[in-house]
Amino acid sequence: MWTWFHKFASPPHAYRLLGTLAPWFGWPALALILLAAWWGLVEAPADYQQGDAFRILYVHAPSAWMSMFTYVVMAVAAAIGLIWRIKLAHAAAAAAAPIGASFTFLALATGSIWGKPMWGTWWVWDARLTSELILLFLYLGYMALRSSFDDPQRADRASAVLAIVGVINVPIIHYSVEWWTTLHQPASVTKFDRPSIDISMLIPLFIMIAGFQFYFGWAICRRLRGEILRRERNATWLKEAS
Amino acid sequence: MDLQNFLNMGGYAGYVWTAYGLTSLVLVLNWWSARRRESEELTSARRRMSIEKENRT
Repeated sequence: MWTWFHKFASPPHAYRLLGTLAPWFGWPALALILLAAWWGLVEAPADYQQGDAFRILYVHAPSAWMSMFTYVVMAVAAAIGLIWRIKLAHAAAAAAAPIGASFTFLALATGSIWGKPMWGTWWVWDARLTSELILLFLYLGYMALRSSFDDPQRADRASAVLAIVGVINVPIIHYSVEWWTTLHQPASVTKFDRPSIDISMLIPLFIMIAGFQFYFGWAICRRLRGEILRRERNATWLKEAS
Repeated sequence: MDLQNFLNMGGYAGYVWTAYGLTSLVLVLNWWSARRRESEELTSARRRMSIEKENRT
């Protein structure tokens, strides 16, 4: 088990494996996102209250979900790197950060565009919006902290602590709509009894989320390969591989 | 399906198409920057190795 694990986490093996995996994420991602966009924009019926503006849901909710999902992936990878001193885990956390930051930006921007016609304002300082904005700052702070160190090992350790401490923000974002009074509507999909959204509107949402997940898989493969190349610049395997 | 109606998005065209356009833009930019980053690292690794080889001979 441990020999297998070490082989898996060894840079040359991981580098090759990620290269093989990337297209298996990339092409399904493209197909699913295009299918969901067509379904959400054309096939799904207009909402009885919000009209066609509700279609923003199909890019907003998956972005928001991915912004939190990516943060948890990043924090778990950073924790693994910190506890077991696995460099590849630190590299994975570093690779996840820019992906997460772009999803967080998308969640905020599409939410703002949706908020204008529905709430009458681009922005309010309520719990959901503010905690999501803090998430964006956590990603940006994480990346800024990394780049402020010349020594990669010190950068790994310091940024890992920030990533782990910041994970407290994820449940705050999720439960903010229940704990505080906010303009943001409560969750309509993740309710256990029955989602308060019609199935014909729900299917394209799930397809889009799946597409975003595959997109994340593709992006982390590519960025992690870049990270490995940067860190292994003097390794002998790299000389043989390229 | 009426194309005019579809593009109009029930009067919310500006909001809906901006949201979808922005999402596409960010996803494409992320795709492009991940690819570029990887190929840059590969080029610089290759360059370094060729310099090392020259130094050795």
